[in-house]
Amino acid sequence: MAGKQEFYWRRLHSLLGVIPVGLFLMQHLVVNHFATGGEESFNKAAHFMEQLPFRYFLEIFIIFLPLLFHAIYGLYIAFTAKNNIGQYGYFRNWMFMLQRVSGVITLIFVAWHVWETRIAAAFGADVNFQMMETILSSPFMLWFYLIGVISTTFHFANGLWSFFVSWGITVTPRSQVISTYITIGVFIALSIVGVRAILAFV
Amino acid sequence: MSDKRTVRFIISRQDTPDSAPYQEEFELDYRPNMNVISSLMEIRRNPVNAKGEATTPIAWDMNCLEEVCGACSMVINGRPRQSCSALVDQLEQPIRLEPMRTFPVVRDLQVDRSRMFDSLKRVKAWVPIDGTYDLGPGPRMPEKKRQWAYELSKCMTCGVCLEACPNVNSKSDFIGPQSLSQVRLFNAHPTGAMNKGERLETIMGDGGLANCGNSQNCVQSCPKGIPLTTSIAALNRDTSIQAFKNFFGSDQV
Ligand code: HEM
Ligand code: SF4
Ligand code: FES
Repeated sequence: MAGKQEFYWRRLHSLLGVIPVGLFLMQHLVVNHFATGGEESFNKAAHFMEQLPFRYFLEIFIIFLPLLFHAIYGLYIAFTAKNNIGQYGYFRNWMFMLQRVSGVITLIFVAWHVWETRIAAAFGADVNFQMMETILSSPFMLWFYLIGVISTTFHFANGLWSFFVSWGITVTPRSQVISTYITIGVFIALSIVGVRAILAFV
Repeated sequence: MSDKRTVRFIISRQDTPDSAPYQEEFELDYRPNMNVISSLMEIRRNPVNAKGEATTPIAWDMNCLEEVCGACSMVINGRPRQSCSALVDQLEQPIRLEPMRTFPVVRDLQVDRSRMFDSLKRVKAWVPIDGTYDLGPGPRMPEKKRQWAYELSKCMTCGVCLEACPNVNSKSDFIGPQSLSQVRLFNAHPTGAMNKGERLETIMGDGGLANCGNSQNCVQSCPKGIPLTTSIAALNRDTSIQAFKNFFGSDQV
């Protein structure tokens, strides 16, 4: 074993998935949830976020670069696996496969979503309630967003489970089972928040 | 057909390490208590396939015949396991035999498991006591810990866990669960622990511990019931501490 980089890249990938990308995801879904309080409430929350000081710094170092690294390295990881749920249909092997599939779906969704909102904003569009209402008025886009958001919350929740293993926090089978229940809870809770926000625009 | 019961085998064969695999069917008379190896021996005694054509005997590995050496591992009806303990009465027919293709195929069902022995050398899965003078007796191991370590020491390097792992394949150089668990075993040994850091550094190298993606197929498949994923998670904890020491510096060796 010559090099030593891989260990640190893998640990960095794991860490970035939770801090900051996972934290940003939770914050983002909660802000979007203001849409359930009506147009005004959402616009107020969204504009508050836009007016945060050091906005570009925060966007680049808390969101863009960590996500880009995690996504690119994640694709490499995903495509070096040879999935085998056909012969080994165990729960964790399913989660292993779904972690990779949801990573790829999330990448497609996030790329499109960023293009449609943040990049559009850079070209002068105003990101507000109306914009999302227009996007989600198309049934195709509504399904695209629903699937995208649920795929992301799954990927994050299940990633949290493997994060606890990767860093040696959950070692025994029992702690890993408890962690499974907790992360299922995270998945359900975040999915409810995310889906409620989407449905508030339709 | 008459009242005679028969057993059908579909065997994946390969004449040389580089030639294309092909399948050959065999039909044997049923005998009580036959297992996969006794069936292969029967074919070797009379190498005639199901079409009645003479063929070459099948090549496979075996040694202990009691599921402790690991040599006879192959994929039986889609699952890697030891052929010496695979009873025909418990298998669905036709019985499909394939080599564990995670390893280089030597011939037919015989594979080259060297990579696992190379990994054991790489991680120094032993207790170094050689020297120019007698070091005297080492520290004693508490009985409780000895019993726990005994479970890890049951590994027979059979390769089933590597075969089951989705991250051990031709696209990756992951060393697999077997040698990682041995690192845990030897790091837990009172004398072996003297080289703990060295072993951890090795598995923090490329193709090492970090390649585990937690499919946990290994622990489900190990015929010896070795708690492989517990070992891996525990090593994740140990290497977290080791990485912390490396990163921030430490005056401990
Ligand atoms: C955008 C495209 C993305 C791709 C292609 C991707 C891919 C992956 C892959 C393949 C893994 C498995 C790593 C392993 O088990 O060793 C993983 C883990 C993880 N991902 Fe992602 N991911 C993406 C986005 C995200 C996002 C948006 C989040 C957070 C919300 C996230 C959070 C995580 C977490 C927490 C882990 C667990 C790390 C660990 O195993 O310790 N990922 N990702
Ligand atoms: S850990 Fe279990 S499955 Fe893996 S080589 Fe050892 S005995 Fe075989
Ligand atoms: S011959 Fe030793 S395990 Fe089967």
